[in-house]
Amino acid sequence: MPTFFEKKQVVTPGELLAEGDYLAGENTYMEEKKIYASRIGLADLDNKKVNVVALRAFYVPKIGDIVIGTVKEVGFNGWTVDIKAPYTALLRASDVLSRPFKPQNDELSQVLNAGDLIVAKIASYDRAHDPQLTVGEPGLGKITRGQIMQVTPTKIPRVIGRKGSMISMIKQETGCQIILGLNGVILITGKNPEHEELAMMAIKKIEEESHTSGLTDRITQLLKEEKAKLEENKE
Amino acid sequence: MNEKPEKLIDKKGCRLDGRKADELRPLKLEVGVLANADGSAYIEHGKNKILAAVFGPREMHPKHLSLPDRMVIRCRYHMAPFSVQERKSPAPSRREVELSKVIRESLEPSLFVELYPRTGIDLFIEVLQADGGTRCASITAASLAIADAGIPMRDLVAACAAGKVDDTVVVDLFDLEDKLGVADVPLALMPNLNAVTLLQMDGILTPEEFEQAVNMAMEGCKKIYAMQKDALKTKYMAIKEEVEEE
Repeated sequence: MPTFFEKKQVVTPGELLAEGDYLAGENTYMEEKKIYASRIGLADLDNKKVNVVALRAFYVPKIGDIVIGTVKEVGFNGWTVDIKAPYTALLRASDVLSRPFKPQNDELSQVLNAGDLIVAKIASYDRAHDPQLTVGEPGLGKITRGQIMQVTPTKIPRVIGRKGSMISMIKQETGCQIILGLNGVILITGKNPEHEELAMMAIKKIEEESHTSGLTDRITQLLKEEKAKLEENKE
Repeated sequence: MNEKPEKLIDKKGCRLDGRKADELRPLKLEVGVLANADGSAYIEHGKNKILAAVFGPREMHPKHLSLPDRMVIRCRYHMAPFSVQERKSPAPSRREVELSKVIRESLEPSLFVELYPRTGIDLFIEVLQADGGTRCASITAASLAIADAGIPMRDLVAACAAGKVDDTVVVDLFDLEDKLGVADVPLALMPNLNAVTLLQMDGILTPEEFEQAVNMAMEGCKKIYAMQKDALKTKYMAIKEEVEEE
């Protein structure tokens, strides 16, 4: 029952990872008791499960995920929302209004118009149906201020860090509120644009160097330096 | 290049461009060269220069082309007007339509099309300079572009041709050998799974020669596969090293 990789080794699609009594985890597949990688990424063994942390991937909707999307179109009884996935999501009017929706009373484009950004949760999704969103929970709904940035969706766990260490550090250093959409879209709201820029820069660096070690320390250092520069400029 | 050379292989067994019978042309691969595409790759295979770009998976437009149980692959192989010596009309020719289909079908087995129903991926292949064996080089580049886009795949697809020139079986034919040679056998392979996804033949070969040609092409594919893997890894290793140097 051998494995054919070292921990954190970069593997390419089709690379043989393990043979025999192992389980195929994320971004891998099994054929005739052999496990191969299906995406470029970093191989890892978790108990008996072979995983590949993908370096490039796209977002696939999952029920319960928090995502950030753009309203694409106002329809008869809801909106279609672009969530940067292979499928466009639907948001029903009755869900937003939290009361029965009557087309003669309510003008949907006054609630949400094309181009508006929303934080939403995926309520339902399967192979046969497009994902449906809900905003009926605290913290969800229309975004009114802040800045938006996009990263590869697979990098979101890295931005969060181990037990949220990375994201809480960035929040603390920059004083910004950060909402991570699992589809790779990030909302940053801070007291002023400079601090928002700072947080964006840090996240960008994390995305670029996500597969290197000791990243949290380097980012802390970077944020401290940049903050000092900001202070200097003010004086 | 108008006069026809008498012999395509000299007495020492050297070909017109100085290669041995089992030698590939120099190959250069680069991944992620286009910013606007989801995935991209560039290949220089001898004098061939080809760009491949991938978009998706995304919703199919027009919608009626999407399938309820699987992902649709659309492929456009196109030769630039300046890719050959005589200007080529930019309109898709019969040959280009056929090659688009051949390339699509040789890449399809490498993808998990059943995972993303009702979606489609678009594959654009632009030949900037052609010198024989563009379909193979296109497949090699397109497969890299798909991997770069983060689309799950069973294996990378590498492609290489073999054929018969004068009376020798040779690998990786260039334009002149292709045109004046006896036979051409393009082959695409998923080397780790040892699965052939494309096998064509143009010309006449004896069964023994055919087998020899297939074996040579498969060897060529394996060499190209190693370079494909390197190219893909290089893109990410570069960042890693940069950081470690700091």
